[in-house]
Amino acid sequence: MPAHPELAAEFIKDKDRAHWHDQSLWFVRSKRDLAAHQLPEWELLREQASKIKSYVVSHLPDLLVEFEKNAKAKGVHVHWARDAKEHNEIVHGILERHQVKRVVKSKSMLTEECHLNPYLERHGIEIVDTDLGEWIVQLQDKPPSHIVMPAIHIKKEEIGELFHEKLGTEKGASDPQYLTESARQRLRQKFIGAEAGITGVNFAIAETGGFVVCTNEGNADLGTSLNKLHIACMGIEKLIPRANDLSVFLRLLARSATGQPITTYSSHFHGPAPDGELHIVLLDNGRSEIAGSDEFRRSLNCIRCGACMNTCPVYRRSGGYSYSNTVPGPIGSILGPAHDTKANASLPFACSLCASCTDVCPVKIDLHHQLLTWRKQIRLKGLLPLSKRLSMKMLSWMMQAPRLYQFVGKMARRVVPYLPRFLVYNRFNAWGKQRELPDMPKQSFREWMKQNHDDK
Amino acid sequence: MTTSRESILNTLRKHSVPETELPDLQQPELTQQWITYPDLSQQFSDLLTSIKGLCLRVKNVEEVNQRLAELPVYQESNNICSLIPDCGQPTVNVNQITDPHDFENIDFAILPGEFCVAENGATWITNDGGPLRTLYFLSQHVALVVPASEVVPHMHAAYQRLSFENRSFGTFMAGPSKTADIEQSLVIGAHGARSLTVFLVEEPF
Repeated sequence: MPAHPELAAEFIKDKDRAHWHDQSLWFVRSKRDLAAHQLPEWELLREQASKIKSYVVSHLPDLLVEFEKNAKAKGVHVHWARDAKEHNEIVHGILERHQVKRVVKSKSMLTEECHLNPYLERHGIEIVDTDLGEWIVQLQDKPPSHIVMPAIHIKKEEIGELFHEKLGTEKGASDPQYLTESARQRLRQKFIGAEAGITGVNFAIAETGGFVVCTNEGNADLGTSLNKLHIACMGIEKLIPRANDLSVFLRLLARSATGQPITTYSSHFHGPAPDGELHIVLLDNGRSEIAGSDEFRRSLNCIRCGACMNTCPVYRRSGGYSYSNTVPGPIGSILGPAHDTKANASLPFACSLCASCTDVCPVKIDLHHQLLTWRKQIRLKGLLPLSKRLSMKMLSWMMQAPRLYQFVGKMARRVVPYLPRFLVYNRFNAWGKQRELPDMPKQSFREWMKQNHDDK
Repeated sequence: MTTSRESILNTLRKHSVPETELPDLQQPELTQQWITYPDLSQQFSDLLTSIKGLCLRVKNVEEVNQRLAELPVYQESNNICSLIPDCGQPTVNVNQITDPHDFENIDFAILPGEFCVAENGATWITNDGGPLRTLYFLSQHVALVVPASEVVPHMHAAYQRLSFENRSFGTFMAGPSKTADIEQSLVIGAHGARSLTVFLVEEPF
């Protein structure tokens, strides 16, 4: 996988699009602010949410066992998967036993993480993503670029073109109302024809053995109420201890995600429908290791609202595909390296350490601190690219030698203004790629001090 | 060979994670801070309007029928069903239907809601998970009928009313189905109901 700077460079080639992307996400961030400011107790809610989630991580084994017991008592089949492969095999096994050939799925980043779609397709099962944004990227054969708004990077004209090709909508039509209506018609057929529904899980309640799925479109509910088999896939960190805790999380989730007071549908499933079957797959896939890390444990607080992406100056300008991880943005840059440090080594550096993510996080993950910690660990593991290693070494060497530092500064001030452009702006000067260096000052601060104050 | 269950639990158990406390959400220091509204029904109505739903405050079921008859989407509906006695003019008898797919062509469904939440415009509905559950999501238009006295201020009060001891299905429905997945343009009527009307009814029904 190419590093973040290379993928980002691809995205920002189209300046207008990068600007448009930035503005779209900032619009969502602004809506989040309006919604948060309407609740005087907002900070109090964030604190409770953070405390509840910290409790969960410190009691995860007990809560998992409690959840399993209570879910089973309500007639739910509970499965445990160590990794993506096992997860996919379990889901496929259930579908195979029921001879299911057509499945509808509501939005689930966990199944994206496991690459469930291609796995089931290889086994001859049709799987349709029913969240509009996720369906659009599925039709493009691409992954989501954002966890809440999977198609946020695509322009309506491109969706119009895609729908024209795949659904036969009018050529050149790009009205969102028209395109959404076309999708509604087509996906209704899929809902009606499906033999099983797969959903993600937003929250699973240890005390009751139930779980909650939130959508705006109603796709999780249509996908599960029209057929007899429901498979819910969840990461083990999605647990909360008590049903009452939902009051805190449901107040925070949609306000943080899109600025809505609550999602249109927040559905609580406790046990299967009278003549149906309900399966829950609990996935680890590296989460239990994160739980053991003092530095990164709090990243398991995440409720996948996407607020950290919407506010991130790097994400907004570089797009979701510049991250080599299913979950992009600040939280993805923490979870990615935890799962595969080498493959995602560039992500913690795709950050200006501005801490805006930490400010908006509804469960108070110390995102920018964790990103900084990752940078140190990546250096210690020897995973920094040579250019960064060398420049850091040179800088460190120069900083430790005051005379050399003074000399280099003096030379730069005298020489750089007269150098031809290609010697200053070239591939060694990453900073100058899109920026002009400031004018060289006539003197250094040390020289200025000497001239104006030292002679007293 | 250990099972995946044992392996995951063992990995988790071998970590020494510092103990933290679970906050008591019922403590007065918190509950006194939760937002309050002078008029819960008005707040609910305003909020529901802001998320593109419609709240109608009426005296009794007769008035529900009057107001329904005035709604253009109701007037245009051919296939209507109702789970509220004497409410609406149902053309489909839902009790004869055992396969939820047969609700595919329902234009307008009049359904019970249990209570409403003022802070976010949501209405709690429950269902035994039988075929009728689909009506809330598959119908083109949905009206929920709720006793006017049943409006709670916020989600904390909402969960005080809920227990999940038995098998059950329930959802908070807040406005019509919507999406903004195409260029952040809000479109009403994604997959679920194209419109949601909540009747707050004063008299018992």
